[in-house]
Amino acid sequence: MISWPNLVSQLFNGLALGALLALISSGLTIIYGTLGVLNLAHGAMFMIGGYAGFVAYQYTESFIIAVIAGSLFVMLLGVAMERVIIRHFYHRPHEDQLLVTFGLGICFVEIIRLIFSSQSQLVPPPAIFQGITNLGFMFYPTYRLAVVGIVAIALGALFIILYRTRLGMIVRAGIEDSVMVDSLGINVYRVFMVVFGIGAMAAGFAGIVNAPVVSLTPGIGDDILVQTFVVVVIGGVGSFPGAILGGLIAGEIISVTSMFNPGYAYVMLFAAMTLVLVVRPHGLLGVQGRE
Amino acid sequence: MTDQLIRRGLSRRGLLQTTAGLIGGSVLPAMPAFAEDKPIGSYPAGVSGSTAFIGISVPRTGTYAVQGEDELKGYQLAIEHINSGHDLIKKISPKTSKGVLGKELKFGVADSAAKPNEAVQAQQRFISENKAIMITGGTSSAVAVALNKLAQREKVIFVCGISGSNDTTGKDCVRYGFRQNFFGQTAAAAIGPVMVREFGKGKKAAYLTPDYTYGHTVTKSMQDFLATAGWTTVTNQVAPLGAPDYSSYLLNVANSGADVLINVNWGHDAVLSTQQAKQFGVLDKMKLVVPYQVPFIARETGGLMQGVYAATDYWWTIEDKFPLAKMFNEAFEKKYGYKPEWGAENAYVSFAHWAHMCEQAGSFNPPDVIKAYEKGETLPSLVGDVHYRPEDHQCVRPVLIVKGKQQKDMKNKEDWYDVVEIVPGEGLMQKPDAFGCHPGDYS
Repeated sequence: MISWPNLVSQLFNGLALGALLALISSGLTIIYGTLGVLNLAHGAMFMIGGYAGFVAYQYTESFIIAVIAGSLFVMLLGVAMERVIIRHFYHRPHEDQLLVTFGLGICFVEIIRLIFSSQSQLVPPPAIFQGITNLGFMFYPTYRLAVVGIVAIALGALFIILYRTRLGMIVRAGIEDSVMVDSLGINVYRVFMVVFGIGAMAAGFAGIVNAPVVSLTPGIGDDILVQTFVVVVIGGVGSFPGAILGGLIAGEIISVTSMFNPGYAYVMLFAAMTLVLVVRPHGLLGVQGRE
Repeated sequence: MTDQLIRRGLSRRGLLQTTAGLIGGSVLPAMPAFAEDKPIGSYPAGVSGSTAFIGISVPRTGTYAVQGEDELKGYQLAIEHINSGHDLIKKISPKTSKGVLGKELKFGVADSAAKPNEAVQAQQRFISENKAIMITGGTSSAVAVALNKLAQREKVIFVCGISGSNDTTGKDCVRYGFRQNFFGQTAAAAIGPVMVREFGKGKKAAYLTPDYTYGHTVTKSMQDFLATAGWTTVTNQVAPLGAPDYSSYLLNVANSGADVLINVNWGHDAVLSTQQAKQFGVLDKMKLVVPYQVPFIARETGGLMQGVYAATDYWWTIEDKFPLAKMFNEAFEKKYGYKPEWGAENAYVSFAHWAHMCEQAGSFNPPDVIKAYEKGETLPSLVGDVHYRPEDHQCVRPVLIVKGKQQKDMKNKEDWYDVVEIVPGEGLMQKPDAFGCHPGDYS
């Protein structure tokens, strides 16, 4: 039997979950859309963002500095990864890219495990966002409410970069036809480096912002990677609006299914993905993208 | 006869050897060690040299990684103590001098990630390639059940690591498997009366249950026991192992009107779900109970176990009552730098008991070692005397009830719990046939 307060609670929770998934997925999809690289180390980037922020928090006890440090560290890591390894794989088969990024993800996880062990690490939310807020129809953790707002701002910023700046224009043009962009005298490979950095930063930012919600462990990115891929497939590989739509859909499916039978939450998520793939092979808002 | 042998050209040395063999043969019936020496499993190939190999599989990644590492440390300390003839090992296995039956123990470690297929593959490799004479590991009952089956098929003894499911020595028990820590139902029988005493009768309970054999049997055991005191289940939230987020489950719990949240989750799942229960205000609305305590949960949740009851195998402060626990704590802390939790204790004691049984049998021959266990001999452990039941190979041992200390009462940074009761195992333990145990054959 449906309990309306519970349904509304779960719908709202689905929104909060979905917002986070949308942010992580947007990073993944920007990288794929522009560079044609399916980055299986994206979950590890999310995890490293959390740990880098955790270290910064240990020294400064400032959550804002933790967020900045976590995001920047992962952005630099992304740029370094692109320059040193990924750029050699742009013209290689997808399988090679998948294997190399998967391997990098494993290396990152093991390095973090070596440094921090498997024990959980805690990053508390900033003092102003601690406690629980009464929304009238439900009580909800204040920090999770804040996360929805923070993620919305971050997605807005990404949108502006992609759709209202010259860099964004080049990136979007690069998605359509990188050869043409190159022939116009624009160094697409430098753009690619920046894109990889921005995509990685989205994951790192999500990792540290999400850290107070979960407890950090080296394997935290493994779970999120699977969900992120489902989101990207539902929304459309390479589509930024698709990542947001897919994230929200995935969040709602997980939450609402959990109200009836939590055990089927992932079953329903994958069923939805399959349905989308059957009806719209390129995802709900997908574009053809690079071949 | 001697003349005949000499006439056939037997040397003096050969004669002495033959005579010694005949004398040895005359006492065979008194020594079960040599009663059946035909090859079985990895015996005698695995112990033909000066060493004996043990295959260890513990989760070093995934949701049970922290507990797996602790368990591994317990195994490593036990092996070190056995090989060096440490005083603590001698208290549990008096015949152990250096190594087991004079054989130095070697071991290999594999990461099971708490996944049955990975554990089975790794142990199969240890048996085939290293001729492992014993396999061990756990930290997931699904793994324990899978290794039970492997051990029975391969005829190699499996000394179970952490596993709380009723099935491990219940419906999935095997002749070749032995478990030192107790049934989920034993934990329920121990902590249930404490809960009724503390919270009253006729309460409403919400459960968080991990979706595999351990979770389902512990939840069922708690439900069955608490029903006798008029408790009802208002919701049972079943989550997959390693769920990344518990918010949806916790909203259902928050809206359920429960008085008590019984969190059956384990490992990082328990840490995450408890932290998020706090974030969602669930712990302000209802009491929390962790029926099968999770090693490290108190430190990992940063104090959320304060005032929370749990049933457990071991807590280090019992060293005031048990001298062997004190010896263990000191040796463990000296080597690893922290107080051991029950994963390490379970691993150490299980190994020490296996060494004892091999020494008693006078052989690594699996059927002989099994029969030594099945004598049901009273054995020392870190929590007092215990014994293994011949029918299901389950160790009968006390259960500790602990309650999380308030921060102001903590005497040091690892003083997380008060030991409220040490409940003797005899009165708690279910009958050997209660969960349908039918162990297989010896050979």
